[in-house]
Amino acid sequence: MPASNKSNKNGCLLRMQRLVVHRGRSLASVAAFVFFFAAPQLFAQDKNPFAGDAKVAKLGESQFRANCAFCHGLGARGGGRGPDLTRAQKRHGNADADLFRTINEGVPGTAMPQNGATQQGVGMTEAEIWQLITYIRSVQVKSSAQPLGDAAHGKALFFGEAVCYTCHMVEGKGGRLGPDLTTTGSARSTDYLIDSVRNPSRRLAQGLSEAMKEFSQEYETVNVETADGQKISGVILNEDHFTVQMLDLREQLHLFEKDKLRAFEKSRKSLMPAYDKNMLSDKDLQDILAFLLSVGAQ
Amino acid sequence: MSKPLMKKSHCASLLLLVVSGLAASSAQSQVTPQRLLDSAKEPQNWLMYSGDYSGHRFSALDQINTSNAATMVPKWAYQTMAGGKFETTPLVVDGILYGTGQDDRAYALDARTGRPIWQYQRALPADIRPCCGRVNRGLAILGDKVFLGTLDSHVVALDSKTGNVLWDATAFDYRKGYSITLAPLAIKNLVIVGVSGGEYGIRGFIDAYDAGTGERKWRFYTVPGPGEPGHETWEADSWKIGGAPAWITGSYDPATNTTFWTTGNPSPSNRGIGRAGDNLYSDSLLALDPDTGKLKWYFQFTRHDEHDWDATQVPVMIDQGEKHLIAQANRNGFFYVIDRSTGKLISSNPYAKVTWSNSKDAEGRPLSLKDASPTLEGNRVCPGAAGATNWMSPTYDPQTKLFYVTAREQCDIFSTAPQPFEEGHAYYGSAYFPNDDTEPFWGALRAIDPETGKIKWEWKHPSPTWSGVLSSAGGLVFTGDAEGNFIALDAATGKALWHFQCGASVYSSPMSFAVDGKQYVSVAAGSALFTFALP
Repeated sequence: MPASNKSNKNGCLLRMQRLVVHRGRSLASVAAFVFFFAAPQLFAQDKNPFAGDAKVAKLGESQFRANCAFCHGLGARGGGRGPDLTRAQKRHGNADADLFRTINEGVPGTAMPQNGATQQGVGMTEAEIWQLITYIRSVQVKSSAQPLGDAAHGKALFFGEAVCYTCHMVEGKGGRLGPDLTTTGSARSTDYLIDSVRNPSRRLAQGLSEAMKEFSQEYETVNVETADGQKISGVILNEDHFTVQMLDLREQLHLFEKDKLRAFEKSRKSLMPAYDKNMLSDKDLQDILAFLLSVGAQ
Repeated sequence: MSKPLMKKSHCASLLLLVVSGLAASSAQSQVTPQRLLDSAKEPQNWLMYSGDYSGHRFSALDQINTSNAATMVPKWAYQTMAGGKFETTPLVVDGILYGTGQDDRAYALDARTGRPIWQYQRALPADIRPCCGRVNRGLAILGDKVFLGTLDSHVVALDSKTGNVLWDATAFDYRKGYSITLAPLAIKNLVIVGVSGGEYGIRGFIDAYDAGTGERKWRFYTVPGPGEPGHETWEADSWKIGGAPAWITGSYDPATNTTFWTTGNPSPSNRGIGRAGDNLYSDSLLALDPDTGKLKWYFQFTRHDEHDWDATQVPVMIDQGEKHLIAQANRNGFFYVIDRSTGKLISSNPYAKVTWSNSKDAEGRPLSLKDASPTLEGNRVCPGAAGATNWMSPTYDPQTKLFYVTAREQCDIFSTAPQPFEEGHAYYGSAYFPNDDTEPFWGALRAIDPETGKIKWEWKHPSPTWSGVLSSAGGLVFTGDAEGNFIALDAATGKALWHFQCGASVYSSPMSFAVDGKQYVSVAAGSALFTFALP
């Protein structure tokens, strides 16, 4: 495979294609009343013809590995940028038809591409998409993925005692030094979220993505010393070989040319403290997760 | 200007103007096979993908050099307005720049200003099978034609004066997974191309077409058929879908009349079950007779590849005294030096992190560890699927005698995904995962001494780049990064002397040319071809 830049896509073209698809669908809905023959294709995308078929799920697993696992991880448990799909609750709809639409049309404004628009291959056929959905259903957790926590208490902790809000935003409220957590609850597995709180430096969260750039900027820690001896610590918003764009601990933006700095030092030790059980009990953590999940599910 | 000309509008002088104009323009457009052989005599022109037949990607121009590179400025940009990766290396012949773009665009520009003279875009079918972007890497030029390999697996000759299609040859049925993305190579009166499609279970080949008529003169299948040597390296019928596409431009040694081509992964890329054997001639260097397409010798870099380590890196011809060599920094992480006349391995040294091999065979070829194979649950191996380098061109600078290559430091978790073969459908047999390391992936431009295999210096990229490298007689190397910078470095030390922010990642290999005594350097980034010069 020549190039593995799987996120690469033509945003503008994609949007235009989506527009066409959406228009096509609404036109088809109208047509369905008028022309009977328009109906079967539309209905074919509503219900999984292979539901519960273990053999088909196996085929779907291959489709998943080849097409989805790069972002959504092995076993659909979530990866670098793709949400955990073993969740019963899917952010963009739980019904078969919703899953079909999400896979086929992508999710505008996210890294989820339209089927066949990843510039890898020619996309999946309708049957292959249903195989894939059969697989996703087979690995979906049976019970509610909702952690057994108290979301109201979690919210109080988030915006209070646990001081998460000083660095993280939820629904427009909070700080900017860490990633906005509004949709994180629906996108990440519980294990991932727990690990992010207990051991935040193990895997830094991804920040800014640029259209053609293969990898997103991560929430790296930075310490600089300016030419006049001022020492500034904070988080990197973006960086290239020659410049850095950073926020200091008071969320002040600094733009530096690196060769004009006396010192520039990056670290993959997150600015976020590792919340051990003394700082945040398992129960309180479950409550915070319950809060994030309740927000994310909205 | 026009006024004095108008006043002097005598018939005779007009006629003279017209005739001399015609003579000049026809002299400009004729690129003879001899000119291609003698490309060193016209350093102002960039006559083929790698600049010359040796694959050096070296410009003998030195107007821009270590003493003044810091003052370089952008002169013009040409916008294709197309999305996706822009991978072209343009050609320049006598003041005219010929380039390609996404979705098989082609264009001729005034090389001094970037103003278009003609533009072409192929009407592609909706169901083409590109692997990794609707990309094209450039043209070949010969006579009064430029040659374009297309995503629907055709070879097209365009009139270099108009962009009109002069002939259109079908290489293969694109619906079976074949496409062409490389810049063709013109040798004598032939246009040589290789196919892409290693992700579709194709059977790879290299073709030669008559430049005048488009008639196919020969085809070399990179996967031998029944009765041919090497066929025994394929299990059962696996050869029929064996892959081994040849998707990067080769080089040519006129002294021995040998053209060198490289091949990609066996199919499916990460699953060796069902294709037991070495899988010749996947991941190989091929020495072919350009007149007949007959194989003289081969060298296989990665036997029975299960990691997608295409050997499709431009084969670079290096001469060290009496030694005539080919150097290649391979996607599998080793830098190989091979005798150009025999195909015998001279040395192999890692130039990036390698975990798949810790020993060599009697000939000095790295041997694969048994446990490096992908598994269903995933197995971490370095380099990763994108390789220690990829298709982006390296450069060899005959002044510093160093080989410069874009390296990538990334390990991946390789997992198999058993998959039935279906003609024309993606056939990876694999899934990749960026691994869970705390170390981020990064890249570097590395200067390798081919005599020792040792790295003389490196320039670190914050993240891996898909930019190739150009060296020049001005003591400079040029490369781009994923953050959008186009950078000039001192070839001897690796110190950056100049950079320009292009606004999008560089996915191309730069080149240099001169018009009216002024040197320019061009690189494609984002949707634009940027051209720089001294102020």
